[in-house]
Amino acid sequence: MRYLPLVGAALFRRPTRTILTLLSVLVAYLLFGLLYAVQLAFQSGADTADARRLLTTARYSIIDLLPISYLGPIERVPGVVSVAHAEWFGAKYQNESNAFPVFAVDPLRYLDMYPEFVVPPAARERFAATRTGALAGRRLADRYHWVVGQRLPISSEIHPKVDGSLAWEFDLVGTLDAEDPAVQGNTDLVLINVAYFDEARLLGRGRTGWYIERIAEPAQAKTVSAEIDRLFANSPDETRTQPEKEFAVGFAKQIGDMGALVTRILAAVFFTILLLTGNTMAQSVREGIPELAILKTLGFSDRTVAALVLAEALCLLLFGALLGLAGATALLPGVNRSTGGRFPPLFVSGATWLYGAVIAVALAFAVGLPPALRVARLRIVDALAGHR
Amino acid sequence: MAPLRTLRQVVAVTALNLRNVPHRPGASLVVVVGIAGVVGVLVAVLAMSTGFRHTLASTGRANRVIMLRSGSDSELSSGLARDQATLLVGLPAIARDGDGRPLASSELMVMVDLPRRGQTEPNNVPFRGVQPSAFAVRDEVTLVEGRRFERGVREVVVGRKAARQFAGLDVGSRIAFRDSDWSVVGIFSSGGDVHESEIWADAEVAMSAFRRTGFQSVTATLAGDPDGALPTLERLVAADRRLSISVLREPAYYAKQAKILSTLIDVLGYTVATFMAVGAMFGALNCMYSAIAARQVEIATLRALGFGGLPVVVSVMIEAFGLALLGGAAGGVLAYLYCDGASLSTLNFSTFSQVAFDFRVTPALLGQGLVWALGIGAIGGLPPAIRAARLPVTAALRTS
Repeated sequence: MRYLPLVGAALFRRPTRTILTLLSVLVAYLLFGLLYAVQLAFQSGADTADARRLLTTARYSIIDLLPISYLGPIERVPGVVSVAHAEWFGAKYQNESNAFPVFAVDPLRYLDMYPEFVVPPAARERFAATRTGALAGRRLADRYHWVVGQRLPISSEIHPKVDGSLAWEFDLVGTLDAEDPAVQGNTDLVLINVAYFDEARLLGRGRTGWYIERIAEPAQAKTVSAEIDRLFANSPDETRTQPEKEFAVGFAKQIGDMGALVTRILAAVFFTILLLTGNTMAQSVREGIPELAILKTLGFSDRTVAALVLAEALCLLLFGALLGLAGATALLPGVNRSTGGRFPPLFVSGATWLYGAVIAVALAFAVGLPPALRVARLRIVDALAGHR
Repeated sequence: MAPLRTLRQVVAVTALNLRNVPHRPGASLVVVVGIAGVVGVLVAVLAMSTGFRHTLASTGRANRVIMLRSGSDSELSSGLARDQATLLVGLPAIARDGDGRPLASSELMVMVDLPRRGQTEPNNVPFRGVQPSAFAVRDEVTLVEGRRFERGVREVVVGRKAARQFAGLDVGSRIAFRDSDWSVVGIFSSGGDVHESEIWADAEVAMSAFRRTGFQSVTATLAGDPDGALPTLERLVAADRRLSISVLREPAYYAKQAKILSTLIDVLGYTVATFMAVGAMFGALNCMYSAIAARQVEIATLRALGFGGLPVVVSVMIEAFGLALLGGAAGGVLAYLYCDGASLSTLNFSTFSQVAFDFRVTPALLGQGLVWALGIGAIGGLPPAIRAARLPVTAALRTS
């Protein structure tokens, strides 16, 4: 601690240079915070997956439907605790296709399957009791200024009603939300009551999109999945059952390797930072050599002098990282408000801070170690004489 | 003669300055690499959205229409009964071939699960059941390998890009979808458009294999002048009470599908590049300030000899622009070498199906990259240049 003033003096020998370097580290970390949040959002499906949930879809394509009559047999499979199902409604709202997902579900079965969703008990009861009822994610309701109790006109691109019309109307009975921001993205949807939907639609009655099973033991996932699929093997509607996480990972892979893209961009960013601060450090040490030589003359050991140089680099990078990530944390709520449920919520997580710190320390050693070693080896006589 | 003298001074000071650059390789390199990073990332990410947009924009012809169930924005959510399709292809506004058959193809579209090459996870690959007339309607389709599928047989031809992205789509191989085996008998090209991401088979065979009873779309060539035929067709369709169909020009239909994803990529690219540019700008400022500091005595000497402030400013700016251009060019070249023509495929949310496309590094993108580089150079160079010009001569000369 008592060496702090010395580090400070070195950093502020040329304030402009230090501040500019600090600012570029800050910007790099701001970008890191934002991009890492985007990457987390892309893998949030896998991160928030419950190891006790399985997903059953049609075997040959996830857009094919399954008979609703599969519910009973799946429930009776040993190891299955409860079953829910859902179907894709194909919503078109205010003339925008797929403005948000709408699922036709059995209200209580579905809400029980996702205990991480926060639904007020009164809303839950109303949803179960109202045939034309709908629950909307809170972020969606905020974005469209919906109020509980209003009629919700949503068209379907896929499902005509019995009269041939594609225009549907539901009663908004409540909202659903989640406490964990990573789960919140999963609540950007509207749930409707399948009892009403199935009766009012013209085609596809008696079928549903997918089943969700809760199992007693995560370790049983493989055997229970295999057992469910065996039940319907060689039927016209074969199934594919997999743990929720596997499904989420597979679906994310459909989009492509988002992680690799972000990693490459960040590598370019940090490489530039490395060069920039490396150059600053080299300059700073070059100019500070007479002073460092004096310190050595005063009895500072080689190691202490080298540590001072390294501390200078650490200060620059850690402080820049701190400011950058704090900036990202401050910026993201605004970004989330403006995307309002179109995109999962972005946030700076604990993991982001940890990675940021690790990268900062690694960069500090990369840029600080060469000049530190040089200073440690410096001969006082040469340095004072101006031979570098 | 004052302007001429200033010009001569500018040339002299700039030459002196530029000869100095190699003596400060570290700082100059920071500017070049920093700007190269910005331009490289910007060009590479925008090349992705450009390629995606190009793939969808080059799909379809102005004289062709796609007909979907009214209210549907994509084939996947559309549905047409057989008799509706028969009515549609028989309408007089639709062109006919030499034998009097309509140039129209009623088609069904299903998704089949195929892993990418070297992976195991399934992807939604579009599988299109087409009528024999499809090849006459879309005359841009040519077989590049093998032959067309035969009618009534479980054979498929595969788009060139789908064959490259997904496993098991080589000519001669067999693929299994829903209790049926299909033989791949050919690979087709359609000028790099979205159909190259698809698998095509005979509509009747596909219909029985996938247990469908209807179609999802009709693609047809308009008769005669397309601008006259389209309103006629729309009127005929609207007049028939048995039809609730929307008629869309192909280019408009496909261009719309590109909108969401390409906008998303553009936003990502510009956001990242803006942040990086700000970072690089600080780097450039840093470098130029230290360049000025190193040349204090030299600049002050010039000023003492009677050189004006303007030549000093100009010389610093030229150095900044030179380094920026070098960085911009390096970034552009890297992006071009690294990703131009690289192909990838992603899930298009608008159609819920895989679209394969190539990165396209266009001259316009490279130009945009250079403009960004010069912008960063200008902002990074100007404050140091002004400081240099304002340097108090006596004080600067006294520093050693």
